[in-house]
Amino acid sequence: MSQTLPTPAELIPALAAELTAHLATRGVTQPKFVGIRTGGVWVAQALLTEMGHDVATLGTLDVSFYRDDFTQNGLHPQVQPSALPFDIEGQHLVLIDDVLMSGRTIRAALNELFDYGRPASVTLVTLIELDARELPIRADVTALRLSLPADQRVKLRGPQPLSLELRQLGAVTD
Amino acid sequence: MLALSTAQTLQLNDQGQLRHYLSIDGLSRELLTEILDTADSFLEVGARSVKKVPLLRGMTVCNVFFENSTRTRTTFELAAKRLSADVINLDISTSSTSKGESLFDTLRNLEAMAADMFVVRHGDSGAAHFIAEHVCPDVAVINAGDGRHSHPTQGMLDMLTIRRHKGDFSGLSVAIVGDILHSRVARSDMLALRTLGCTDIRVIAPKSLIPVGIEQYGVRVFHDLAAGLKDVDVVIMLRLQKERMQGGLLPSEGEFFRLYGLTQQRLALAKPDALVMHPGPINRGVEIESAVADGAQSVILNQVTYGIAIRMAVLAMAMSGQKTQRQLDQDSEV
Repeated sequence: MSQTLPTPAELIPALAAELTAHLATRGVTQPKFVGIRTGGVWVAQALLTEMGHDVATLGTLDVSFYRDDFTQNGLHPQVQPSALPFDIEGQHLVLIDDVLMSGRTIRAALNELFDYGRPASVTLVTLIELDARELPIRADVTALRLSLPADQRVKLRGPQPLSLELRQLGAVTD
Repeated sequence: MLALSTAQTLQLNDQGQLRHYLSIDGLSRELLTEILDTADSFLEVGARSVKKVPLLRGMTVCNVFFENSTRTRTTFELAAKRLSADVINLDISTSSTSKGESLFDTLRNLEAMAADMFVVRHGDSGAAHFIAEHVCPDVAVINAGDGRHSHPTQGMLDMLTIRRHKGDFSGLSVAIVGDILHSRVARSDMLALRTLGCTDIRVIAPKSLIPVGIEQYGVRVFHDLAAGLKDVDVVIMLRLQKERMQGGLLPSEGEFFRLYGLTQQRLALAKPDALVMHPGPINRGVEIESAVADGAQSVILNQVTYGIAIRMAVLAMAMSGQKTQRQLDQDSEV
């Protein structure tokens, strides 16, 4: 069964509006934004632009050193440095990724963040949330909730323009 | 005598990833670049308040040193600890080998303690290679210096230093000065520079300290320091290896400094922004003047910091390559 997906350009304004409302409800006035490489950084850049924030203030995380599949899959060959251009101690963070699936990337990202300091809070924003969680991790704000067959994946392509693509797996690898 | 060229195949798994790190010989430019890129990321980790990542948690790294070392051993130890591995330091010169146990038996014992990785320094060329070939294949072996042959982590930390300060290797002129004959650092540097695209590599030393067959490294040989230093971007000074000097090669240390010591006056012959590097420990007043070693162009202490990042990269990559190989072997058995 095939689905047609909306474009990220259609999803970003709604995501921005929902995040703004969410932060207002929680009384967060000066959040710091962190994108997870690579897709999460693209989504974060689009989101910050939509919300009128300076993209240069965005922090980026590469979670390769924190993944739980090192013993199975080894080290990602193109690790890049994480870069947080602000002190996270006591700050309200908005963590941004493209697709929330198993929750393992977010687990790794949270572990990495806490090695930088103790944030006051972390809000999770993902463009898409799949109902394929393997950990008790959910997005606080998401633009699209999807249910996919076990042999399908959704992939964000970018950076310019951003597009969503459905992929058929040759075999289920989970 | 070991055939060192087989190090190329021994070092890589079936997917071409690093599984042992024995020599720069035979490693591709892509792989060396991957080591540098990974080290860049670890350098960022070293700047955080918590300088540790969980990558090698639960794994055991054995530092097996048959030769004295302070800097290399401690930076390997720090690198392994920052990767969350458990570390055992074994100073073999004061342990069982003096009671007659063979190298092979010592290592088999360490293997039985479930070590995942051996970091080996040995006075004989080819020692790390021998160990990689003859211990359990799941144990990754890292060469921390073997005889006059190779010191591949020093070679790559030198490359990281150059890349971070100069950007790219093409178009650079790099001079390596001093005791080339006894230097495993010089060999690793020459191989790495050439592989990474440096086309002007110079070695500067008296005839008695230049090894036979140095031309195979694609370097230009100078016996005159002033001529060799002219317009270079990087000067790598080597330590005069007093403990390896078996007499007759040099008249005296004073004479060496007079002809080959790096002074401010001589450094002025290089480009104004030339880097001064040295693998340490430095002999002040023998191969380098204090004013140069402590001067604005010196990056000698940066090299130590970069060394930790390079060693983290190599430990992580070799362990990753071993794990992947184990997975491949398991899959092929099914």
